Amino acid sequence: MSEAARYSVGIDLGTTHCVISYVDLRHDGDEVALAVLAIPQLTAPGTIEEKSQLPSFTYLPHAAEIVEGETALPWVAKPEHLVGEIARNLGGKTPIRLVASAKSWLCHAGVDCKQAILPADAPEEVGRISPFAASMAYLRHLRDAWNHRFPEDRLEQQDVTLTVPASFDPAARELTVEAARAVGLHQAVLLEEPQAALYSWIENSEGDWRNHVRVGDVILVVDVGGGTTDLSLIAVTEQEGNLQLTRVAVGDHILLGGDNMDLALAYTVKAKMEQESGKRLESWQLQALTHACREAKEKLFNQPELGSMPIVVASRGSSLIGGTLRTELSRDELNRVLVEGFLPQVPVSERPVSKPRGGLRAAGLPYAQDAGITRHLAAFLAKQKEAVSELGHAALAENAGFLHPTAVLFNGGVLKAAGLSERLMGVLNGWLRAEQAPEARLLSGADLDLAVARGAAYYGFVRKGKGVRIKGGTAAAYYVGVESAMPAVPGLAPEIEALCIAPFGMEEGSEQALPNDEFGLIIGEPVRFRFFASKTRREDQVGTRLESWNDDELEELDEIEITLPEEGMHPGDIVPVHLTAAVTEVGTLELKAVSNRDDKRWKIEFDVRAGNE
Amino acid sequence: MNTYTIDLALRPTTFDLWHVCLAGTVVVLALLLITVLISVILGMRRCKRHVPAPVPAPAIAPQPEIKVVEKIVEVEKIVREPAPEPVILKEATPDAALQLLSLLQKEARFIDFIKEDVSAYSDAEIGAAARVVHQGCGKAIDEHFTLAPVSQDQEGSRVSLHKGFDAASFRLTGNIVGEAPFSGTLVHKGWRVTDLRLPKLTEGHNASIIAAAEVEL
Repeated sequence: MSEAARYSVGIDLGTTHCVISYVDLRHDGDEVALAVLAIPQLTAPGTIEEKSQLPSFTYLPHAAEIVEGETALPWVAKPEHLVGEIARNLGGKTPIRLVASAKSWLCHAGVDCKQAILPADAPEEVGRISPFAASMAYLRHLRDAWNHRFPEDRLEQQDVTLTVPASFDPAARELTVEAARAVGLHQAVLLEEPQAALYSWIENSEGDWRNHVRVGDVILVVDVGGGTTDLSLIAVTEQEGNLQLTRVAVGDHILLGGDNMDLALAYTVKAKMEQESGKRLESWQLQALTHACREAKEKLFNQPELGSMPIVVASRGSSLIGGTLRTELSRDELNRVLVEGFLPQVPVSERPVSKPRGGLRAAGLPYAQDAGITRHLAAFLAKQKEAVSELGHAALAENAGFLHPTAVLFNGGVLKAAGLSERLMGVLNGWLRAEQAPEARLLSGADLDLAVARGAAYYGFVRKGKGVRIKGGTAAAYYVGVESAMPAVPGLAPEIEALCIAPFGMEEGSEQALPNDEFGLIIGEPVRFRFFASKTRREDQVGTRLESWNDDELEELDEIEITLPEEGMHPGDIVPVHLTAAVTEVGTLELKAVSNRDDKRWKIEFDVRAGNE
Repeated sequence: MNTYTIDLALRPTTFDLWHVCLAGTVVVLALLLITVLISVILGMRRCKRHVPAPVPAPAIAPQPEIKVVEKIVEVEKIVREPAPEPVILKEATPDAALQLLSLLQKEARFIDFIKEDVSAYSDAEIGAAARVVHQGCGKAIDEHFTLAPVSQDQEGSRVSLHKGFDAASFRLTGNIVGEAPFSGTLVHKGWRVTDLRLPKLTEGHNASIIAAAEVEL
């Protein structure tokens, strides 16, 4: 944190949109004056507009596609990549050149995020870029937009907080920080999005939040964004008479969000239109249909007296009236597709359905197979049943099937629709009633669209020691796989044990070494470890060895790799090392191998995905 | 046969019918001359007043772009205002107008709609297309303009205008007699652009292409 910083800047690097919010640190008084930066961006060739959101899309234009000079931005005559509104607009009609959801690829196991792989289904001649480069392009645009607006207070000198999904694994966090560093934001720190949403709520309440929560509360943060659903649990505890907030659990990375909802509606309406008109709709029409459905959805949810909304898809040629297709989206359909489809009324014992994927699935993102957000929520709450047992909270009844949240905070534009948020609350409270638990209450007053960026900007304030800070630490315990010392049995893979190297809840800036377990590393040869994470095993300490575990306890991440440089040693020599794990101030996990001979340290890399294929 | 001689020393001694006619003609001509002169002077004055008429009052800001926008958005509200000094007409830059057309075409297919022959279609078909235009225009206007009604009163309610009211914002119609305060019925609440966010254009951008031809490969 630099002392010279004038602003605390929060950057919400979303799957579909980026928002940048800031607060003036020199501003005196208790009130926090938060503002959202208007981001100049191209909306069409030659046209620049300021918008509060930068769509997270990159378009890779053909050389003949755009007139020279039409891509100029206020700060650069010819940007390297086209990002923002123009990318989304052009990509709508030419999807083979559009890079979307780069952020979700960062957390995609089995993919090397620094390899030029996007757009995944582009023909050979399109020069692809890596998910990492796309993230960098968005950050660079945001940085330049800021520096254009505040030439005196450059972003490189401000306190910058980047938000990441709570479910991001260590490698994805590392990549995010690396991308920030690559564009000169060396000081950027990470914050989990659900925490940012809670900070925003605290900031918004203007000091009144203490009256809305009490010791013993468990706040469930449900963040349904454009592309992902993120779940977190935050417990309210007391220390020396002050209320404290501790993030106790995070959910899995669920690729399911508002865009899926709009698409689901569009497909429903498309089927209806095709039946009515007898024509087949083309893919560009589906795009227009998705837009129309989104608007109709918002209207229907906001105006309960409307029974249905007309949906119109205009023809592409200049004849507007002749080629326009029309149908209606009724409230029943909306409820059936969105409310029943995405928030089904299920008992808490239900789990998301996961079918084995077909062998020939095209390379792509691992989208959630079950669209039922309530099922994912049920699975999360059941899995985290023990999450608050260590905090001295009132113990759950013995027969409780899941963790009972007492308060709920919503985030994400999707949940602005009363129909959806009420349904979600209704389902949750139904589960609670079934176990004779008190109903959870909704914490209101959050700005669902901009909360994450605002909360991130406020976090810079909190880091200066003003206001309450959410304690968190790592949301999982981490393990490396070591082969157990057993005689080899032909035909059987050697048994593997999981050795805990970082316990649950390690705080930023702390380090834990594993001195008793020694590994021999060969100089000059890459050594790989299998790497695991557990979001439920809170009691394991560094050095704990697990011989067996349940499938849902430990989740295998990508392998980690270490290569010892020669540096004056002979290739082929074996160096005895032990491992240490540290959580940096930035919020990333750092694994190191420490030589037992001379304390020399080597960094262990996370991002070695798919290198072995 | 009479012969006429000119003798300037001769003086008429009798005021006969000829002289009566002559005197009458002189008086009539003199009166005519005076009337013509007066009417010419009056006419010139009136003309002076009419010269500034084609300039709509710049209601919010002096930039030329805004003037064009005013023309389109506030069709109802073109107001003529007296200006005593010689008037310099501002040349509107066409870019802003073209930009607005381009926005309306992009979001609402506005030009397509206007240019299409509607006589061949049924009202239901036109209605379906009108939804596209209505939704899109709404989006384009909301994104780029902030509109507010000029009068906060309910349409149809009685309003009174005090002396010195802004005649550019309120237009009187009907039985305009007497002095302010005027009291009447608010027929239309008026519209005012309070904020304007037109896109910026890159150097050399050809704004006259309001919709590029599309060729799908």
